[in-house]
Amino acid sequence: MYELIKAVEATRQRRYDERHPRLSPEGKQQLLEKFHPDYRPDTMRPVKVGVSRGTVMPHELVDVLESWSRLDPEKFPLDKIDYDVDVLIIGGGGAGASAALMANENGADVLLATKLRLGDANTMMAQGGIQAADKPNDSPTLHYLDVMGGGGFANKPELVRALVQDAPLVIKWLEDLGCMFDKEPDGTMTTQHGGGTCRKRMHAARDYSGAEIMRTLRDEVKNREIPVLEFSPAVELLSDGEGTCTGAVLMNLETREFLIVRAKTVVVSTGGFGRLHIADFPTTNHYGATADGLVMVYRLGGRLVFLDATQFHPTGAAYPEQIVGLLITEKVRGLGAQLVNIHGEQFVYPLETRDAVSSAIIRECVERKKGIVTETGQYGVWLDSPMIEQIHGEGTILRSLPAMYRQYARFGIDMRKTPILVFPTLHYQNGGVDIRDDTSVTTVENLFVAGETSGGVHGRNRLMGNSLLDVVVFGRRAGVAAARKARHVESGHLSLAHVSDYHKELEDAGLPKDRISPILLPSYTRHQAVPGANPAV
Amino acid sequence: MEEEKVKIFIMGKAYQVPKGLTIMKAMEYAGYQFIRGCGCRGGFCGACGTVYRMPDDYRLLVGLACQTVVEDGMYLTQIPVFPGNKATYDVEELRPVLSDILKLYPELTRCLGCNTCTKACPQDLDVMNYMAAAMRGDIARAADMSFDCLMCGLCAARCPAETVQYNIAILLRRVYGRHIAPRAEHLAARVEEILDGAFDESLDEVMRLSRAELEALYNQRDIEPE
Repeated sequence: MYELIKAVEATRQRRYDERHPRLSPEGKQQLLEKFHPDYRPDTMRPVKVGVSRGTVMPHELVDVLESWSRLDPEKFPLDKIDYDVDVLIIGGGGAGASAALMANENGADVLLATKLRLGDANTMMAQGGIQAADKPNDSPTLHYLDVMGGGGFANKPELVRALVQDAPLVIKWLEDLGCMFDKEPDGTMTTQHGGGTCRKRMHAARDYSGAEIMRTLRDEVKNREIPVLEFSPAVELLSDGEGTCTGAVLMNLETREFLIVRAKTVVVSTGGFGRLHIADFPTTNHYGATADGLVMVYRLGGRLVFLDATQFHPTGAAYPEQIVGLLITEKVRGLGAQLVNIHGEQFVYPLETRDAVSSAIIRECVERKKGIVTETGQYGVWLDSPMIEQIHGEGTILRSLPAMYRQYARFGIDMRKTPILVFPTLHYQNGGVDIRDDTSVTTVENLFVAGETSGGVHGRNRLMGNSLLDVVVFGRRAGVAAARKARHVESGHLSLAHVSDYHKELEDAGLPKDRISPILLPSYTRHQAVPGANPAV
Repeated sequence: MEEEKVKIFIMGKAYQVPKGLTIMKAMEYAGYQFIRGCGCRGGFCGACGTVYRMPDDYRLLVGLACQTVVEDGMYLTQIPVFPGNKATYDVEELRPVLSDILKLYPELTRCLGCNTCTKACPQDLDVMNYMAAAMRGDIARAADMSFDCLMCGLCAARCPAETVQYNIAILLRRVYGRHIAPRAEHLAARVEEILDGAFDESLDEVMRLSRAELEALYNQRDIEPE
């Protein structure tokens, strides 16, 4: 690898003044169509059952949708209720914690159940920041334009409006809760551009933005003594037999005991599908991102939208093996690091949109064979990080990218001196359950969905800094709406009739009987290395 | 090609695992499917605190399983949860003074200055000295110094004075953020405007545009210079 790095060093001086041309709109389209996994026909198929039957989605997602329940709906007893509450919140990330706080504030008796620990979620890992139009030269309307443009104008307008209008409100809410946002000495928020923003509206808390938000929300949930069940994922929603949600069945992951929760309203905020490894890509996502919410809501009749649009982040770590797939923040390219091939040549303008840069890297490796192949067979291209210090001066990396520097230093790599190897990594589920702007599911009563599990607000492509915003905005809205709705709802009858119906559809479609979902945990052990098949849990 | 293996002891049981794996991936290689002790897998969440010891060495070392590479002879166990004391409080009502902090965590003053917490921190934070800053009532400094804390709890697990550094640190950061950090006035002003409906009309307007009109407006928008 030392030999290969020499090729990068040899061309660095020449590249210092070299500006790789930007793609033309046509060139970009061709690149996407040929190399972006979303456009590859071999990565997707139409789902054969359920309310969105016929809609094309990634194979790995369709596999878990075309799966049987963990419960036999004809036999599973529902007569003993373990928890009887106003609002059940499933998922303990940024959206779930926000929902719990707001539902509690609105007088509801809340139970939050989550698969791992409270705060175990992608929210915790978001480094870049959170968008909000709170500067005098900015406005929610400009933010609206950016979101729509980024999403290919396919976004659901009412959701985008809610997102941008609530954005300053949630930043204020978080500031009041004691979140330590980066500020100027006079209190002005330090804000930066992100990909696709027309104003500098990216707020951050060093490069631990999501962690700072998540740990603050978690601390507040604990302070308010809101009941939380950890290591207790939902495995099925319950209905009244006529499509209205009335609760859920949880499973204690450690003891395998099932718990029945009756609730007047239910919020699902279980995150996305990164750990399904769509199109076999590595992922930046949290261990728990296995699409559980999509599966359960779909069985109860929630419509799924935009799930054929997956966000691949162009720069995931490709080496060392220990951190393959981990996110290398966009800021590295923002600071001037170029992408170069095995010969030390640039092949794409580094700040094209995420989908285009990803496609260009895949092309460089797969078609042009000018990538690097690591010892473990992983493709990669160089991200020439030493360029950053050459442009901005020594010390820039330690100052601006401390988490990133620490990450590599742990494995004996000094990114100030040697370039790092990157390859696209599965980052975000753009689509999800179709909701209204109060997060109510369009096709199911008394059910609310917030955060990455929902779809529509980001259209076909989410901008940086809008996912942290999404989880807090819609988490809060879900908490309020679910609590208010619960005031006028009688606790309902508990049934798994919708699961029986779904099973019948699976049967009629002749689908294999050995698939069970939600899978709950990915399988990375040598002994059960079959994606999606998880006999142990 | 034969992979080079190292021998590690997971909770006392020996396994041969490929060299170069993190403790987390080595445990998965050995056959463990994590329920606890695994979170973000990227060094941000503190779920995978691990205590280990090397052969012929009495010292206990610590690290995050997702960030620490296995070594031959490593003897390890995870501490996925630590039952540390957590005070509950209303951050709004707290004053940014030492006496309010001490009411919630009187054990803060039990610190012996032994520096074990600092040695135990997988983030290389200067834990003892942020605790010292806290004891001087310098909440701002303690908040700043503890900022990169993942709340894995390893500091508290090793503390002979039984203080809960990580829980005290988040209290200090929240008190700092709420009561000491200067407030963002532009933010408060924007919130007022939004609540007054100042942007309702212009949002109504863009929502009414056809896709072509919206696209044109998007392409014409001016971009704030870097």
